[in-house]
Amino acid sequence: MSDLQTQMDLEQQGVLFTTINKLYNWGRRSSVWPMQFGLACCAIEMIAAAASRYDISRFGSELFRASPRQADVMIVAGTVTKKMVPQVVRLFNQMPEPRYVISMGACATSGGPFRDGYNVVRGVDLYVPVDVYIPGCPPRPEALLHSLMTLQAQIDVQALQQVRWYGDDEGVVNEFPIPVFGAEGLEVAGIPGTADPVGGTPRMAPFVSPALGGKGERDASTKALEGNQPKPMLRSGTVTIEEVGHGIAG
Amino acid sequence: MLKTEELQINIGPQHPSTHGVFRMLVTVDGETLVDLKPVFGYLHRNHEQLGEVNTYLQNMPFTDRLDYFNSMVNNHAYARTIETLAGVEVPERAQYIRVIMDELSRILNHATAMGFMLGDMGAWQTALLWGMREREKILDMFEYVSGARMMCNYCRFGGVVRDIDDWFITELKKLMQGLPHYFDDFEGLLLNSEILLARARNIGVLPKDLALAYSVTGPVLRGSGVAYDIRKAEPYAVYDRFKFKVPVGTVGDVYDRFLVRIAEMRESYKILEQALEQLPDATGGFINPKVKQQSLKAPAGEAYARVESPKGELGFYVVSDGTGSAYRYKVRAPSFINLSALADMCKGYTIADVVVILGSIDIVMGEVDR
Ligand code: SF4
Repeated sequence: MSDLQTQMDLEQQGVLFTTINKLYNWGRRSSVWPMQFGLACCAIEMIAAAASRYDISRFGSELFRASPRQADVMIVAGTVTKKMVPQVVRLFNQMPEPRYVISMGACATSGGPFRDGYNVVRGVDLYVPVDVYIPGCPPRPEALLHSLMTLQAQIDVQALQQVRWYGDDEGVVNEFPIPVFGAEGLEVAGIPGTADPVGGTPRMAPFVSPALGGKGERDASTKALEGNQPKPMLRSGTVTIEEVGHGIAG
Repeated sequence: MLKTEELQINIGPQHPSTHGVFRMLVTVDGETLVDLKPVFGYLHRNHEQLGEVNTYLQNMPFTDRLDYFNSMVNNHAYARTIETLAGVEVPERAQYIRVIMDELSRILNHATAMGFMLGDMGAWQTALLWGMREREKILDMFEYVSGARMMCNYCRFGGVVRDIDDWFITELKKLMQGLPHYFDDFEGLLLNSEILLARARNIGVLPKDLALAYSVTGPVLRGSGVAYDIRKAEPYAVYDRFKFKVPVGTVGDVYDRFLVRIAEMRESYKILEQALEQLPDATGGFINPKVKQQSLKAPAGEAYARVESPKGELGFYVVSDGTGSAYRYKVRAPSFINLSALADMCKGYTIADVVVILGSIDIVMGEVDR
């Protein structure tokens, strides 16, 4: 507190005074480069946010990098399908720390309108930790800008001594397991049974956001989800399938 | 003789020029493309299966998310299918409103699609930003009538959900005043540019017979010289009351498709002008009040209705078993069928041309994978 008081006193006298943390965070927050990576409809609003009217460059985020190696934030803009999620996790694993994830739109956050689909992932946070969620389908470009400001606020309170990518990195997960598509659905190492069955709820808990102090571990309620049984998709009408012989073999 | 070795390269699914999550397995010999295998399904969102679970009305917002540039056109096509199935009358004013929205969508789609294609060629940003500028203006109009920028969910069975008012018409006229300038500017920007000519002329040629064999539609087919437009061939809504031309190309290369799209935007402008002039007053209503939207039941049977979406023939095929939701729901997605011609369009050209040819087809993965 007294540090802050001294700092403010000095600033009033025209002496610019800062801390390493503040300078470091100021540098990082002003150049959060997103990965150029659109999945579905939300990506179009992401492009709109980058165009002149909304002008994402006011936030230092106009440089969409095509390579994950140069990106700071992955904006998951769109529906993540079971075919796409291994690639999403792999791209996230390739990003250097410090890295952030913005889950843009209902689909990336929870599966959105397609949650009941057999091929749609019910939230990208089941596979990578998410820092900021944006509701909406699609979120307006203003909402994306707001999420960037939220992310900047999260960066502002990080302290060099405590961030998970420097210093004591015991227990920090850097490589997230890449799910594989098994016989009945997505399987993740360490999760019993099919992790995300077709129908029913996923048998895993989402990752805790690093902004909330997570080190890349799942929410502790994973166990409670183990008993989830897949339930079959129901058709609206009653359908009876009639077996008709074709008399092939005579 | 020099023996060269073929090399397999993977483009996508995360690639800035694949317009979504599309993957191509290309085999190249040096720079020349020998083979191309498209890999789909990264955005398969179970549209058709969900369409069988949802009621007819519940399914309307899902059609928005097929071709997410043109939600208005998708709504129109779907509404028309269910109207055919259930035998619903549409008031004239609603037909005109739908036409206005469709043509605005067409301008929006072509402006951005050509922006993306030119961006892929290296004219990075300017053309795209100009397209996005026009798009924002049109989206404001959409937002005013429907409440949403992209996912309009505007059509209902037997009409549209909200009427357009005087403010909308005045603003639309203001917007339209600027459009011809935009077309001229856009043409003037790059039409005769040395680079565009080198990269687009005689590249990605799709001969007429091959285009027909692949059942390609839309600007891709018209670029190959076939004057086929559903608005003319099977006029729906009130398209038979407008005077407009169907632009066609001659060679069927990237450049022709580019020209066809610019010409189509101009034709859309003409249709908009005529539609605004002929727009009937509000006495006839904008929606058929007899239709029970939420509990609509269609008699057992099947229906297919199609419209000319900016990308080609968009059709919905719905089989009803007499209940409140479809027994089978199928989307004939123009981008998907146009994309099937990609391999033949690309063979023999260099690998750098692939992204340009892909851009000239104008695909949207939401519609391709469904
Ligand atoms: S949240 Fe809505 S707009 Fe975004 S990807 Fe999903 S369906 Fe599309």
